Amino acid sequence: MTATAVATAAPRRRATSSLRRNRRWALIVSYVFLVLFAIFFLTPPYYMIVTSLKSDAEVAHMATNPWIIADGITLDQYKLLFTQSDFLIYFKNTVVVTLCVVAITMVVSVLAAFSLGRMKFWGSGVLAAGIFLTYLVPDTLLFIPLFQIVRALGLLNSYWGMVLVYPTLTVPFCTWIMIGYFQSIPKELDEAALIDGAGHMQMLTKIFIPVALPGIIAATIFAFTVSWAAFVYPMAFLYSSDQQVLTVGTVTSLIRADVYKWGMLMAGALVAAAPPLVIYAFLMDYYIAGLTAGATKG
Amino acid sequence: MADVALRHVVKRFDDVEAVRAIDLDIPNNEFVVLVGPSGCGKSTTLRMIAGLEEVTAGDIYIGGELVNDLPPKDRDIAMVFQNYALYPHMTAFENMSFGLRLRKVAKTEIRARVEQAARILDITDLLDRRPRALSGGQRQRVAMGRAIVRNPKVFLFDEPLSNLDAKLRVQMRTEIKRVHQKVKTTTVYVTHDQVEAMTLADRVVVMNNGRIEQIGAPQELYHHPKTRFVAGFIGSPAMNFIPCRLEQNGAGPVVRVSDAIALPVPATHAARYRSVVGRELILGLRPEHITEPRRSERNERCEFSVIIDVVEPLGMETMVFFTVNGQEVCGRIDPASAKGPGEAMLLHANVDHMHLIDPDTQMVL
Repeated sequence: MTATAVATAAPRRRATSSLRRNRRWALIVSYVFLVLFAIFFLTPPYYMIVTSLKSDAEVAHMATNPWIIADGITLDQYKLLFTQSDFLIYFKNTVVVTLCVVAITMVVSVLAAFSLGRMKFWGSGVLAAGIFLTYLVPDTLLFIPLFQIVRALGLLNSYWGMVLVYPTLTVPFCTWIMIGYFQSIPKELDEAALIDGAGHMQMLTKIFIPVALPGIIAATIFAFTVSWAAFVYPMAFLYSSDQQVLTVGTVTSLIRADVYKWGMLMAGALVAAAPPLVIYAFLMDYYIAGLTAGATKG
Repeated sequence: MADVALRHVVKRFDDVEAVRAIDLDIPNNEFVVLVGPSGCGKSTTLRMIAGLEEVTAGDIYIGGELVNDLPPKDRDIAMVFQNYALYPHMTAFENMSFGLRLRKVAKTEIRARVEQAARILDITDLLDRRPRALSGGQRQRVAMGRAIVRNPKVFLFDEPLSNLDAKLRVQMRTEIKRVHQKVKTTTVYVTHDQVEAMTLADRVVVMNNGRIEQIGAPQELYHHPKTRFVAGFIGSPAMNFIPCRLEQNGAGPVVRVSDAIALPVPATHAARYRSVVGRELILGLRPEHITEPRRSERNERCEFSVIIDVVEPLGMETMVFFTVNGQEVCGRIDPASAKGPGEAMLLHANVDHMHLIDPDTQMVL
């Protein structure tokens, strides 16, 4: 009895230790790559922060080390940005456009996704595929025909035109995310709601939206990011400073011919990047939950 | 508080006929169980009663009213689903009261009804919890509570216990029966588990291939199955089916199972089988009717000797398996008299409970 116990115990110990060694190696390799990735992606923001805290003189001085601040930290670049440029106008315009676009996108895509994902009707499959196909057309191609449309509507050089055209980028993808999310909700839930006496609108507002909240947040973040960072459309459709948005405004007003106001550019880019950063930090968990929903059952 | 009637109800999915013209009458307050193997059309039938599937042909009446074109919410039914289908973002209380809130029932009334249902189901302490914080059995109780508070005309259960582990299933089965005794309501219950069907039902509806094989009280189905399917489906372990030949000898008809084994047909059955003498048939005999010879019911003509293949002790009784005429047969014997595998054993067939099945029509004669 004891002899067999010893005989079986020995190989088992060897198996667990090899398993542990295997795991240690996997961890080492993952850490190496994670650190490499972190360095790779954090270098540009670091460079931006350092540059934005320098004086113009230090930035222009070719002999200094660009990675460190030698002459002391100064907030001059930020003061100049807020007082001497139209940065605050761009910021306000971007906020207005983004809020409107996110609201329009979410209303349209939640309703579209609910009807396409849950209410089987003739042609719903084709329509769902069609919506996704529109997402495959890049904005760098789309802006030419859209230019005609925006001009015909009299919205050229108005940020309200952006409120109209950004949803062509956000709605298809958000609808697609939401279709996937709604489809992952068990069918019995709508049936239970139907039997409980809910109509389709009540089913959507009382059951689907609360249950699919992680997906809705993920879609919201996506719509927010796209309209906050859009570049091609404002570049093509907006040309006066009072209508301009952050992305294009910062670049066009702070780069004059071959004069780059590096300090202000970096300060502007950092301030512009702050809102998405804050939103990501708060909603990251929801965002991940939303994007991976339906990947596994339950 | 209503009766349910199905008249020639048909359901077709594209080319597949899931339910083939079934007729069923469920009187007020009766507990009816639809049972059958998966794909037999039992769930589809239930969903048509609920209004979750459209009827291809035929009529469904609830409380005398034709409901074919009524949406589920206007049929005054409540349904309990296999996976509970609780709203994950609502507490147990909110889950149970959701239907009442949609119907704009007064708040005090809602509270009273939910609390009463919670008392019946013994979940008063759980009303503030979300489904995630409940165990499988507790979720099932909340799902039943959601049905009870609505005070519907008909309860529909779609395999409500399949997701529970074996022990909890038995417990909840008793619970459902207890609830039905307290809250008298017409109930249609779907399951693939014949034990559940037998224990719960006032009447069992056995379905197969979209048709109703037989409708009857549990005991009736057990003792008087009409078809081979029902005979084999009801009862556990399943009835033995052994190819045989009905022969006439001096003392009366005998069932010839093999060269060595011929069982006498009891006098009460002889007249019924007169027309099939000389034909190849199938003998149906339940394991509990193949035992060791017992003094009280002993009839030497019904005894036969076999070599035991496999022995399965269950404690109270022991199952023995042996081969007759190339067919594996199961007997249910007293553990004290069980022999080991490979040994010969004398067994006794209780022929009073035998069935003869026509192999062509699959009907019990």
